[in-house]
Amino acid sequence: MASVPALKPTNTLVHQLGQTVVEMTVAVGDLALFGAQVVRLILTGLPRRGVMTQTFYEIGVRSIPVVGVTGLFIGMVLAIQAYDQFHFLHMETKLGAAINASLVRELGPTLAAVMLAGRVGSAMAAELGTMRVTEQIDALKALGANPIQYLVVPRFLACFLLIPLLTAIADAIGILGGWMIGSQVLGIDSFYWWLHSKEFIAIYDVQCGLTKSFFFGGAIALVSCYQGFHCGAGAEGVGQASTRSFVWSFIAILVLDFFLGVFQSGLYYVLWPDPVSLF
Amino acid sequence: MSIDFSHFDLSAAAFGEPVIELRGVSRVFGTQTVLRDISLTVQRGETLAVIGESGCGKSVMLKIMMKMLEPSHGDVDWFGKALRQRSERDIHRDRLKFGYLFQSAALFDSMTVFENVAFGLRHNTGMSDSQITQIVHERLRDVGLPQSASDKKPAELSGGMKKRVGLARALALNPEIVLYDEPTTGLDPIMTDIINELILRTCERQPVTSIVVTHEMSTVRKVADRVVMLYPLSRLQPDEPQIVFVGTAAEAFSSSDPRVSQFVHGQARERLQELAAA
Ligand SMILES: Nc1ncnc2c1ncn2[C@@H]1O[C@H](COP(=O)(O)OP(=O)(O)OP(=O)(O)O)[C@@H](O)[C@H]1O
Ligand SMILES: [Mg+2]
Repeated sequence: MASVPALKPTNTLVHQLGQTVVEMTVAVGDLALFGAQVVRLILTGLPRRGVMTQTFYEIGVRSIPVVGVTGLFIGMVLAIQAYDQFHFLHMETKLGAAINASLVRELGPTLAAVMLAGRVGSAMAAELGTMRVTEQIDALKALGANPIQYLVVPRFLACFLLIPLLTAIADAIGILGGWMIGSQVLGIDSFYWWLHSKEFIAIYDVQCGLTKSFFFGGAIALVSCYQGFHCGAGAEGVGQASTRSFVWSFIAILVLDFFLGVFQSGLYYVLWPDPVSLF
Repeated sequence: MSIDFSHFDLSAAAFGEPVIELRGVSRVFGTQTVLRDISLTVQRGETLAVIGESGCGKSVMLKIMMKMLEPSHGDVDWFGKALRQRSERDIHRDRLKFGYLFQSAALFDSMTVFENVAFGLRHNTGMSDSQITQIVHERLRDVGLPQSASDKKPAELSGGMKKRVGLARALALNPEIVLYDEPTTGLDPIMTDIINELILRTCERQPVTSIVVTHEMSTVRKVADRVVMLYPLSRLQPDEPQIVFVGTAAEAFSSSDPRVSQFVHGQARERLQELAAA
């Protein structure tokens, strides 16, 4: 890790702010180098099949339940919350279109990623942190394995490839959840529910949402593995690494979401200059 | 790319060729200097014992030799070539010639004993499963572990058993150079002697070079060709060398330097007062 230049311990607010800025800059630079190393290793060769499948199973298959529950409740809550406004405007049948659009473009990818940052990211940081603290990462080196290749590459690939898939599952279950409440509880006509959804949601929306989740997945893996690798001593260090990995993954998700959103909207107006209106 | 194998020509590998060399190595953690200006050469085929009191930096020195820690200053050479001038791939290839027994055993806790010992073989050789199984069982037998232990997870083992699994794992790839960090700490006297014998047997398989960090004087007596004693920096003047003794085991036991003789004969004298005052 690059070293932070030691500032004089004068403890004014300005010094603290400066120190924080310097530390953050160094951390972001380190993270970028870490990411570059991971990408380089992916290109030079993957770890053994057994290592990969285990990680993919742990991260992908075992996350399906939490992701499903997340999606289901987002869909149902959206239906309940938005119904009154749509009812007031006498446009209940367009409720489905609004719910499904926000699910596919925004809430599905973001909330699924946050959920996975908690379930998968923290666990990875804690696991790698424990391995660092108990010298298992050194032992990997001593036995001729590259710890980044052996530990980070499978986790990165699993998050990068599977989080979009998990997001798709969350989207689908969320859409079903919204429809269930809309048609069964609120009594909205299913035919128009789906018809308006189909008119309003383009393939582009789905692509945008899933593209974002590739970025979210990569960010969660890099941030969490980085925190694990730079874990402080003892149980306390592991705990901190795990908490930090969640906080920083969350921040990374929000920041990426903003910039990707700006980019994708810009791209949309370039590709289709006449926007489709909901109302 | 041409690879220079001249270092490993066995006829040239007689006693005396440097295998690991530390040149003016220092290591600082935060504000604490642990190693200062250490220069040490390990010759091919020798067994070097490193002694010194707890916390004086023996494990740190061993890790620097293995390039698991970077020195803050100074250089490390392997087989006469500075690590600084080597590519990562070059270091990676030569690292497989080393076996390292961790003080804490550092077993992979998600894997069974068998998988721990097999790890280096699986990862670096194209051996078949049956060959690997055979070698692993042989290594486990060497360190006195029953076959029934091989399906256990490290968490289910006693401290001494973990140590022995760590040793089996370090020796699995038949390394040319073995670094043992306290191989017998936490073992009973009989097991200590078994491990001493194992180290000796491993050394006899020429040209194995061994570096043994130990507090066990029976191990020093039994296996060491040469003894190096490190001293904690906190109790040295800024100009005194940190290596306070280099010589044979017999010389260590008859040394007139009080720092050495107290240590090898296990006499505390007024050390407790000194430690408390420090
Ligand atoms: N990763 C680290 N970070 C900070 N300090 C460290 C680290 N590793 C070792 N030290 C410090 O270096 C000093 C020497 O540690 P080392 O483990 O080499 O001692 P040792 O000689 O092996 O002792 P023992 O015989 O008890 O194993 C200790 O004071 C320890 O606090
Ligand atoms: Mg030690």
